[in-house]
Amino acid sequence: QGLLRRSVSHSFLSFASITGACRAIQKLTRVRVVDNSALGNTPYHRPPKCIHVYNKTGVGKVGDTILLAIKGEKKKALIVGHKMPGPTMTPRFDSNNVVLIEDNGNPIGTRIKTPIPYILRRREGEFSKVLAIACNFV
Amino acid sequence: RINSDGKPAKFQPPPKPVIIDKQKQREERRFLSPEFIPPRGRTDPLKFYIERKDMIQRRKVFNIPEFYVGHVLAVTTADPYANEKSNRFVGICIQRGGKGLGATFVLRNVIEDQGVEICYELYNPRIQAIEVLKLEKRLDDNLMYLRDALPEYSTFDMNMKPVSRLDSEEIPVNKLQVRMKPKPWSKRWERPKYNIKGIKFELPEKKMKEAQKWSQPWLEFDMLREYDTSKIEEKIWKEVSEALQK
Repeated sequence: QGLLRRSVSHSFLSFASITGACRAIQKLTRVRVVDNSALGNTPYHRPPKCIHVYNKTGVGKVGDTILLAIKGEKKKALIVGHKMPGPTMTPRFDSNNVVLIEDNGNPIGTRIKTPIPYILRRREGEFSKVLAIACNFV
Repeated sequence: RINSDGKPAKFQPPPKPVIIDKQKQREERRFLSPEFIPPRGRTDPLKFYIERKDMIQRRKVFNIPEFYVGHVLAVTTADPYANEKSNRFVGICIQRGGKGLGATFVLRNVIEDQGVEICYELYNPRIQAIEVLKLEKRLDDNLMYLRDALPEYSTFDMNMKPVSRLDSEEIPVNKLQVRMKPKPWSKRWERPKYNIKGIKFELPEKKMKEAQKWSQPWLEFDMLREYDTSKIEEKIWKEVSEALQK
C-alpha cells in the first residue's frame, strides 16, 4: 500500500502560492488599523500583519482578538470588520478593519471614525471601552 | 340663463368629466418581483405555491415596493443591539438574488471612506420599512463592479431626501459609464462573460481584444439553456395580483 505522493507541478505555478481564499482574518493577513492611535497611523515600510488569532480555529471574525505585528512590535487587536460576507443583515466591509487594544482590553486610540457593526454590542462587557470611542455604527 | 337677446339660451350640458382610470394605468405597467418566478428544475410546483402564499401573506402586512438594481433604498431594521432598537441604512441596490422566501438584495454605500455592503432578506420579519429614495435603473443587472469603481459612485448621503417622482409609467435608465480604480480588480470585468455595459473601460485596445478571447458566442444559441418564463409569469401575476387585491 504505497502512499500516493502529491506531485507539485514545477511549471509556471511554482512561484504562485496555493493557499485557499479565506477572506476572514487569519495568520499573515494584512489588516487596516482604524483608530487614531499613533502606532496605527505612522507610516512604516511593512503593512501591519496578523500573526496569531485567539480562537479555536485559526480564522478570526468580527469580535475576535488577534495578535498584530506593527512596526516591529507585537500588539493585540480587535477585529471590527472583514471582507468576508457574514450572516445576512450584517455589514460586510471593503477592507479588514482592526482596532488596537491592550492586554486588558483598553483601546489605545481615542476615536474610531469608520463605521462599526452593531453586533459588537452583544459582548458589551468586554468591548465597552472600544464601543465608547466609536463614532459611527452600521 | 337668459341670452343677450332676452330669449332663454339652449340648454348646454356640462362638459364630460375626464376619468383617469388609475387602476388601468397601473395594470398596464405590470411588475412581478423576480423572486416569485420559480427556478428551472424538477421540484414539485406545490412547494412554490405554498411559498408564494407565504410571500403574499407577508406582503399584505408589510409593503415591499417595486425596485430594481440601481435604485437607492433606505432600510430600517429592528436590531436588539442598536440604540432605539432600530437601524437605518441607505444604499444603492447592487444585486438581487435568491428565489422565494429567501430572496435577498445587497445595498452598498461608502461611509467615511469605508465601503459597506449589507445583504438584506426581503421577507425577514426584522425589516421594519423599505423606502425607495431614488428610482433609476442602470445598464446592468448586477452592479458588483462598483466595488472596483471610484468610491464617488457608491457614496450616498444617509439623510438623503426621497426624490419626488410622478406616478408615470417608465423608470428612467441611467446610462452612466462608471470610471474604475486602476487594475487589479476583484473580477476581470472586461471579459464578455460578465457582459457589462456600464463601465468606461480605459484599457488599451490590446487588452480589450485579449479579453474577447474568452467570449463564448455559442451560449446565446444553446437551446438547452433556454428558460422561457413568459407563460409562468402570466399565471403567477394573475394569482399574486388577485390575492393582493382581496
